[in-house]
Amino acid sequence: MRPSSPVAPAPALPVLLLRADGAPADAAWIDVADDAPVPEDQAAVVSYARFLAEGATLRAARLGVRIAPADKVEALAPHLARLALIVVTFPKFRDGRGYTTARLLRERFGYQGDVRAEGDVLRDQLAFMIRCGFSSFAVKDRAPQEAVAAALRRFSVVYQPAADAAPPIWRRRASVVRAAAE
Amino acid sequence: MYRYDEFDAAIVRERVAEFRDQVERRLRGELTEDQFKPLRLMNGLYLQLHAYMLRVAIPYGVLSSRQLERLARIARVYDRGYGHFTTRQNIQFNWPKLGDVPRILEELAEVEMHAIQTSGNCIRNVTADHFAAAVADEVDDPRVWSEIIRQWSTFHPEFSFLPRKFKIAVAGAPEDRAAVQVHDVGLHIRRGADGSARFVVYVGGGQGRTPFVAPAIHDDLPAEHLLSYLEAILRVYNRYGRRDNMYKARIKILVSALGIAQFRKEVDEEWAHLKDGALTVPAEEVARIRAYFAPPPFKTLPARSAAFEQAKADHKRFARWTRTNVHPHKAPGYAIVTVSLKPIGQPPGDATADQMDAAAALARAYSFDEIRVTHEQNLVLPHVEQDQLFEVWKALDAAGLATPNVGLISDIIACPGLDYCDLANARSISVAQAIAETFADLDAQEKIGELKIKISGCINACGHHHVGHIGILGVDKKGEEFYQILLGGRADERARLGEITGRGLPGEAIPDAIARVVERYLSLRLDERERFIDAFERVGAQPFEEALYASV
Ligand code: SF4
Repeated sequence: MRPSSPVAPAPALPVLLLRADGAPADAAWIDVADDAPVPEDQAAVVSYARFLAEGATLRAARLGVRIAPADKVEALAPHLARLALIVVTFPKFRDGRGYTTARLLRERFGYQGDVRAEGDVLRDQLAFMIRCGFSSFAVKDRAPQEAVAAALRRFSVVYQPAADAAPPIWRRRASVVRAAAE
Repeated sequence: MYRYDEFDAAIVRERVAEFRDQVERRLRGELTEDQFKPLRLMNGLYLQLHAYMLRVAIPYGVLSSRQLERLARIARVYDRGYGHFTTRQNIQFNWPKLGDVPRILEELAEVEMHAIQTSGNCIRNVTADHFAAAVADEVDDPRVWSEIIRQWSTFHPEFSFLPRKFKIAVAGAPEDRAAVQVHDVGLHIRRGADGSARFVVYVGGGQGRTPFVAPAIHDDLPAEHLLSYLEAILRVYNRYGRRDNMYKARIKILVSALGIAQFRKEVDEEWAHLKDGALTVPAEEVARIRAYFAPPPFKTLPARSAAFEQAKADHKRFARWTRTNVHPHKAPGYAIVTVSLKPIGQPPGDATADQMDAAAALARAYSFDEIRVTHEQNLVLPHVEQDQLFEVWKALDAAGLATPNVGLISDIIACPGLDYCDLANARSISVAQAIAETFADLDAQEKIGELKIKISGCINACGHHHVGHIGILGVDKKGEEFYQILLGGRADERARLGEITGRGLPGEAIPDAIARVVERYLSLRLDERERFIDAFERVGAQPFEEALYASV
């Protein structure tokens, strides 16, 4: 007999705003719809399309942009100094394009601001996201903040270089060899 | 063999602890099956027709005796006493209980094994030539590069949610035993003009419903750039591979849509940023990994063993086995032994716990503690002294592991099919058994010579039917099991897809239909050195197709 697989739809999960260090993330940002005016005295996030169309004229206390999986991050490169936040959206858990977007922002374009993962973001992805350069997360989870934050520290060792400071395995191995030799 | 250091061990240990927590959350009802599914898939745990199935990685098909004994123990304690070796050089256990899986993963971790990335849309367990470091004409040991790829791809943070699964294979000798041209990425090592190892990189091969033999994207990649080049390919794929239709999501579809020239251009643009960066594999790390694969201490032996020749003269069954299951070794006086997991009438690739223990004991006594798993679902003892072949054969024979049919018509690749797989249209195993029984006569098999039959239970092609000399594909025709025949495929360095013949046939008609094709081959071959595939290439599909439908 086939093991039962409950089909009841999962109830919508609350969203937890976390920074990469596990502390609560900046919650002041507001999403602005494409047809709504941008509030000049607030931290406002606009869509990628609107930013590219109206970027020069947009005024906000702080400006952020929301980039979807299919949007080419290269187009933002000349304007990164104006952006305090880039929200990378994950419409589906399985759609991994946002990981590349974040790495390109950090490694290729040297972006220093906040890169936030939003959408279908579960705790089981966080360790990967940190490695790709995400600095904050809107995580869907009903567990307490501490339990979710623990997922951020999942890997104590990694094999490959990425956008974070974690050294690739061969550098750690080389330092073990050096320490042994000394 | 590669051995874990503290870092490798920590990575696997942390993974087991994490999955234990996830299983407990699931068993307590804190996770629904929907939420649990992606998590279990990341640990190789599938839900199949009847039960959970756990797929354990055997990186590039290499096992120590201790590891194989552990697999035997898992089969015995947590399953029904057997395991199934797959065409990906992995092993599957078909009946584990969910609550036992964390314990199984712990038992695997104790012997440096795991089930990481054996499923899901990530870079899967890398496969390699099962005769690595045992054949004379090898350019470089594919295990070294496979291990480097294994490490780079394990929990790759950017490439764990690709459009679809991603399979890499590595061959290190001129003869390609790893079927690299039908993988997402195939690496074939060749010698560069300066004597160094270079890679010919193939991209976008694959089987499934839209099969392709891969075009070469690079024909002279220096080894130190391997990882940066792979990362560039994967990044282009991750960004631009299709995600709207899972049947069009493999990299082969992207490569064929763009054309290889345009795809290469995209990769080169990406590579320009990555080349010579943090992914350049340091020579010390290559040397560190290579040292694990240092040749075993071969004795100095005469090339020809008198004892071996005498045993062949004295024992006809043994002599027959050596003709099919023994392959020349690079070291004088040694041989490579293929252990057939295709006894007539048994499911291809299955081994009982006792058989695994027997193979492990033989490897320890006679083959420097090493076993290989082949993508043709057999095992290999890579380094056996010719003087000891007779002893090894007797022990294999006693364990039911000495079927003398490697490369012959009954050495069939078959996927699990309708007996286990919930995607199947038709059974594969019973068809394989029926064909093997039709050709049970060993003299007749040997007379036919090399003939590779590959059977898949559905278009997903896990049984590699596109590249069988004779391929058989299970299809569903108004609720009935039918089989489509393909002719003339091959998966070696001259890879080609089989040609699809006319209408499908019902399962009962298959053995006779295959027999007619074989008869036709025997009647038209130039001599017995002309293999089926050579004859096919000389005369084309038509005579065989005629024979196929002759009496229906
Ligand atoms: S080919 Fe089809 S039936 Fe066979 S194992 Fe793959 S998915 Fe299942």
